[in-house]
Amino acid sequence: MTTFVSDTTTVFSRELRPVLRDPFSVIFSMLQPLLFLALFAPLLPDTGGGSALQWFVPGIVVMSCLFGTSATGANLLFEIQTGSHERMLVSPLRRPALIVGRALKEIVPMLVQAAVIVLITLPFGFTLHVGGALLALVVLALFSVGLGSLSYTLALAARNKEWMFWAVQQTLLFPLLLLAGILLPIDNAPGWLRTASQLNPLTYVVDAVRVLFNGEVFSATVGYGVLAAFAVGAVGLGIGVRAMRRTTA
Amino acid sequence: MTSTMIRTRGLTRHFTVKRQTVEAVKGLDLSVAEGELVALLGPNGAGKSTTLRMLTTLLRPTSGTAEVAGHDVIRDPRGVRNRIGYIGQGNGAGHSQRARDELISQGRAYGMSVRAARSRAAELVASLDLEAVADRVVSTLSGGQRRRLDIAMGLIHAPELLFLDEPSTGLDPQNRANLAEHIRRLRAERGTTMVLTTHYLEEADQLAERVVVIDHGRIIADDTPARLKSAHAGDRIVLEFDHDDEARRAQARGLGIAEGAVAVREGNRLELRLDGGARLAPKLLRSFDEAHLPVASVEVARPTLDDVFLNLTGRSLREEGTGTADAEESAA
Repeated sequence: MTTFVSDTTTVFSRELRPVLRDPFSVIFSMLQPLLFLALFAPLLPDTGGGSALQWFVPGIVVMSCLFGTSATGANLLFEIQTGSHERMLVSPLRRPALIVGRALKEIVPMLVQAAVIVLITLPFGFTLHVGGALLALVVLALFSVGLGSLSYTLALAARNKEWMFWAVQQTLLFPLLLLAGILLPIDNAPGWLRTASQLNPLTYVVDAVRVLFNGEVFSATVGYGVLAAFAVGAVGLGIGVRAMRRTTA
Repeated sequence: MTSTMIRTRGLTRHFTVKRQTVEAVKGLDLSVAEGELVALLGPNGAGKSTTLRMLTTLLRPTSGTAEVAGHDVIRDPRGVRNRIGYIGQGNGAGHSQRARDELISQGRAYGMSVRAARSRAAELVASLDLEAVADRVVSTLSGGQRRRLDIAMGLIHAPELLFLDEPSTGLDPQNRANLAEHIRRLRAERGTTMVLTTHYLEEADQLAERVVVIDHGRIIADDTPARLKSAHAGDRIVLEFDHDDEARRAQARGLGIAEGAVAVREGNRLELRLDGGARLAPKLLRSFDEAHLPVASVEVARPTLDDVFLNLTGRSLREEGTGTADAEESAA
């Protein structure tokens, strides 16, 4: 007999298979973050508290996760169009498992991308604090499960309108990115922008990942980041499960 | 002894399209017994796909009930899903996956062990002639190969009831024949109950033992293809004359001989619909000859299911319907 866990495992391993077979697809999707790393990072001035790279690289790890995970709904969209999603809806797989399994898979490309970014930047003077970095990846795992689930929800909502999926994804992506202070610090921004930034859950995730990557584990920043990532994970999954349940209602 | 596989009572589905309510399926009462092979026939938008989607738990009925394989589609959808197989209009296997992997993961979805799923997948790969492509990525398979893979996906758990939604759409004649062959074999070997939708008359005629004709969301006829044809469509005698005037006179004379026939004249062409056309044709020809109405050509045709549909609705199945196909698409 099947259980929620076995159903989730079935969906998860099915999603993971193409990624494992073709790992370069994961790296290909990081092209933009890598360009920012190569062409934008050198423009940053060294500030007092450490090298610019030390500040910028964790942000790029988040950016890479953001780009890849927010676009992942396109895979579901494609399967809605070709018919395999329908086939899975007729199977006894539990509806929540259909989205939880998919969302959990987002952790894997995120880990691969983070490793690639770190490996690339180490020769250029990036200092890795392993313990903190591992914790940062846990925070990002929570975040990517939630964001992935939201991306799948968007795919379910857009259904046959592929352009709508990309329009919404692109429209939300850049404000989220800029307001989270990934490319430039928000500290000296005008008040309204700082307020907007404080409303963005990604801001707390980025801040936490930054301090964690620099080896600082016990701080309020980390606490807020974990909280924000957990909230995104829980809310994302909640919305996603609801959306998946409603597709056959 | 046969038990009922499907029983619907007043099954109804409405869609709201542009603030208008479209009744895609209206109070359907349908029973299918174990082991039957039933075709739901109707033009695009007749409501057959909507019906199928409700029976397979993809769509919730607006009202009415449906019990499928012993489980209620609303109260116990997982119970239904566990016992049915479904081959949809699209490809069941994900295009970025390998064929065999998809078969195994489909088996896992139905609660089979990895080992059982693997051996069942190998069995289906062999019987559906997919050995050469089983370890390839689905997107590299040809249309016919993908369709065979779809069938394998639908059969992984050896369901007792199988639904097929427009199974032969997009297939070339050879692959269509191949599909029909698989369907027949499945019935012969396992006695699987099958319900398929189609708008191909030949398919319904050749495959199904029972044809349920659906139009505008209602069942308008339900019988074997042979009985439908004898009950709802006579033979057709098509006569051509050299002049329109001769055709006109022949029409009056022909109706006098063939009682209850329906005559349609277009220029010099006269079409008579009647029962026992093959037997009446020589008599008609003799009579026209006596009246100095030389017949240029004659053709006697047995009725098709299209004639049945035409007779029942006044429209031909071959003219693509204007019904609620769009509504189904956007709201489903």
